[in-house]
Amino acid sequence: MKLRVNGKDHHVDVEDDMPLLWVLRDELGLMGTKYGCGIAQCGACTVHMDGIAVRSCQLAAADVDGDITTIEGLGTPESLHAVQEAWVETQVAQCGYCQSGQIMQVASFLDMNPEPTDDQIDAAMSGNLCRCGAYPRIRAAIRSAAGKMAAA
Amino acid sequence: MGRARTIARRTFLTGAVAIAGGVAFGTYLVRRDPQNPLADGLGPGAATFNPWVKIDAQKITLITPHADIGQGAVHMQATLLAEELDLDLGQFDTEFGEPAPAYHNTALAGEGTPYRITDQGVVARGTLATIGGLAKIIGLQGTGGSSSVADSFDKLRAAGATARETLKLAAAQKHGVEGADLTTKSGAVILPDGTAIPYVDLAADAAAIDPVRDVPLRAASDWRLIGKPTQRSDIRAKSTGTLSYAIDLQLDGMVHAAVRLSPRRSGVRSFDAEAARTMRGVVDVFPITNGLAVLADNTWRAFRAAEAIDVTWQDAAYPAEQADHWKAVEASFTDAHLDTSLRDDGDVESALAADAVRAEYRVPYVAHAPLEPMMALVRVTDDQVEVWTAHQLPRVLQQQVAGVTGHKSGQVVLHNQYAGGSFGNRLECEYVAVAAEIANQVRGTPVKMTFRREEDFAQDFPRPLGMMRGAGDVDSGQVRALALDIASPSPIGSMIGRLGLPQAGPDIQIPAGAWNAPYGIENFRVRAYATPGVAPVSSWRSVGASGAGFFIEGFLDEVIHAAGADPLEERLRLCDWDVARGTLEAVAEMSNWGESLPEGKGRGVAMVESFGVPVAEVVEVTDTPDGIRIDKVWVAADVGTVVDPVNFENNVQGAVVWGLGHAMNSEITYSDGMAEQSNYHAAEGMRLYQAPQIMVRGLETHFAVRGIGEPPVPPAAPALANAIFAATGMRLREMPFNRHVRFI
Ligand code: FES
Ligand code: FES
Repeated sequence: MKLRVNGKDHHVDVEDDMPLLWVLRDELGLMGTKYGCGIAQCGACTVHMDGIAVRSCQLAAADVDGDITTIEGLGTPESLHAVQEAWVETQVAQCGYCQSGQIMQVASFLDMNPEPTDDQIDAAMSGNLCRCGAYPRIRAAIRSAAGKMAAA
Repeated sequence: MGRARTIARRTFLTGAVAIAGGVAFGTYLVRRDPQNPLADGLGPGAATFNPWVKIDAQKITLITPHADIGQGAVHMQATLLAEELDLDLGQFDTEFGEPAPAYHNTALAGEGTPYRITDQGVVARGTLATIGGLAKIIGLQGTGGSSSVADSFDKLRAAGATARETLKLAAAQKHGVEGADLTTKSGAVILPDGTAIPYVDLAADAAAIDPVRDVPLRAASDWRLIGKPTQRSDIRAKSTGTLSYAIDLQLDGMVHAAVRLSPRRSGVRSFDAEAARTMRGVVDVFPITNGLAVLADNTWRAFRAAEAIDVTWQDAAYPAEQADHWKAVEASFTDAHLDTSLRDDGDVESALAADAVRAEYRVPYVAHAPLEPMMALVRVTDDQVEVWTAHQLPRVLQQQVAGVTGHKSGQVVLHNQYAGGSFGNRLECEYVAVAAEIANQVRGTPVKMTFRREEDFAQDFPRPLGMMRGAGDVDSGQVRALALDIASPSPIGSMIGRLGLPQAGPDIQIPAGAWNAPYGIENFRVRAYATPGVAPVSSWRSVGASGAGFFIEGFLDEVIHAAGADPLEERLRLCDWDVARGTLEAVAEMSNWGESLPEGKGRGVAMVESFGVPVAEVVEVTDTPDGIRIDKVWVAADVGTVVDPVNFENNVQGAVVWGLGHAMNSEITYSDGMAEQSNYHAAEGMRLYQAPQIMVRGLETHFAVRGIGEPPVPPAAPALANAIFAATGMRLREMPFNRHVRFI
């Protein structure tokens, strides 16, 4: 089966129902996308399909019908995406394990809604668990990222 | 300045010496010194000055042995070393180092002793008769009990200072100048003419000389890094998905393992693995202790095959039903189970009138559930076991793994990794032992064993459940008596039992946060009872104080209410430790305590000292038609010195979210011998929409430098309960609170 991930085509030989999460991690070696719950409860596995945030643990490989972007494709340590810049400046991460998912969720959300209200932020982000409780900084970084994206 | 006074001969590194000045060795001596683990494998021309600093011609490496479980320990340790070594952040690499006696945690020596933090007398400090404290396990070399800063603060600054002075001495000899005329800056020694000699260019020279020691530490006013906001060394990697956790590592020839372990922590009665064996990618299925292991070529295939095994389990050794766990706790308030009686001021019995305030409080079992599930990557060969995982007790892990594979402890190599959270879970060795047992069956092949989240919940050793029976009395508008009887299983006893170590005496974690409360109540008694025969339990962020802190601060609020006094004013009146009083005064000022609030809003306060750190919190809630909304939290904590204000704030906010979230909605209950909660939908803690604004103030009046990872947890739940009482008139005496109120 053919997948386009971070601008590159890949052929993978996997079961139709293997979740995209495990195709990315164990077949393609893209380890930035994380496993947290496997049942759409934590958001650690969030990636983009055609720019829309999806839970890759819930998306069967055969159901992928768009370009996939993972955290590795969003930006790099040398060339940060605006959301990542805000994440670094605000120093959001504690253990950091949830942050790939948080950042992917925010990048897609701000793309569609560049000037969100507090309620919209709450609604968009509440599927992403942070066991370390970095929520106050996540909120602040979203505001900062929105500012950066508006200015860009 | 005579060289004789500044240069030491070889010195043995003991805990005490390490604190006093760090120890520096020339390469030749270091190579023979078993006490500096950096000596092995040191290349030619490389210098190690002590167990924390290694410099060669290419780079500077700082060893940060305290595990990083999200609290920023790597950055904190590097900051302390870099401060005295005159390194800029970013000029060095960090490594966790290998398990070694040199990294003994000296800060925890007193953590298990029954002395209040304020009791700094000779007797208190000199008595290390551990009565089952965390120190016993962690002191070997460990991260826990919020002790990393306390353990590192002097030791690592001294290590940086001795390395700096040795490099200066090397430069002085090489360039024929007086050492006193040299300075250091940004990783270089500066000669009198202004020439900068990078440390890396001095490594070979420094390696050849005897090291300098007993270097005085710089005054706080000279600090460049400590106390200033700095950028955490791991923040860029953690914001770009490029930090590799243990779960992300891949080795050549690696296979993936998943397990089905008994959710009753018992043996297998029968199983049928035929379906699992024939599934795509499955390499093998075989029995292991208390369950079965699947090897496959992909994590998900291993998970699916594990789920496809048909298995029945033996009965649990503890009660099958939750109600019977509670009955066991209720039955343990007897003299036979009395574990400690650490506080007995005045005469509680005569002070309690017939109409005294009486109440019963409860806290449930709660799982740790860090977001990175428990996993380990292990490769066993005939003469070595390599383990890649994140763990807080490296030397204990070595022993436990060696016990499983039949190797010697010294043959177990731990490559410690950044953890995707812990909250106490990585003090446990079971998940590593499981991986080692599997890898031992396929020697030579690296095995990455990952718990499915459901397995992670099932195998979690939770925070103990517990109960408190309290009585309190008042007179003339003041609290006059407080008597708390607390019963729970012993978390430390349970952990020590799993490690196969003999349990020595009682566990002061059962009443932690209550017996040591800095209140001078005239008649004040705290008795603790150890409950036997329930589920195995563990340390959970803030350990005993996560329960007993709620007991005392929730119940004290009731007694204060009965006295007709203001909750914050009366706590201030009772408080007998100026450092703790400072935190109460700070939150009063920050929250403008006492101002009139709109209809439906209420505020509660709580203050708990745990791990030597007093933390006061005020929570503000609104009683809306849809339920309780937590609006704001003000926090003041006194840790003596705040090493990094940004990380401090993040840790405090996270700890408050942790304390509030689990108090709101999380518990583990047993039915049919198994935990009923299997994933985050059933124990989710706090989500972003529920997170309040959290205002944080770090105070620095404490006589000691302490850590902040855990102490803000215990006051959060009682401050919330007290706020809900203020807003609604309803007393919450049982967690999780969503058994009684709805949260929005
Ligand atoms: S792993 Fe996909 S939502 Fe948790
Ligand atoms: S930073 Fe640890 S789970 Fe979010």
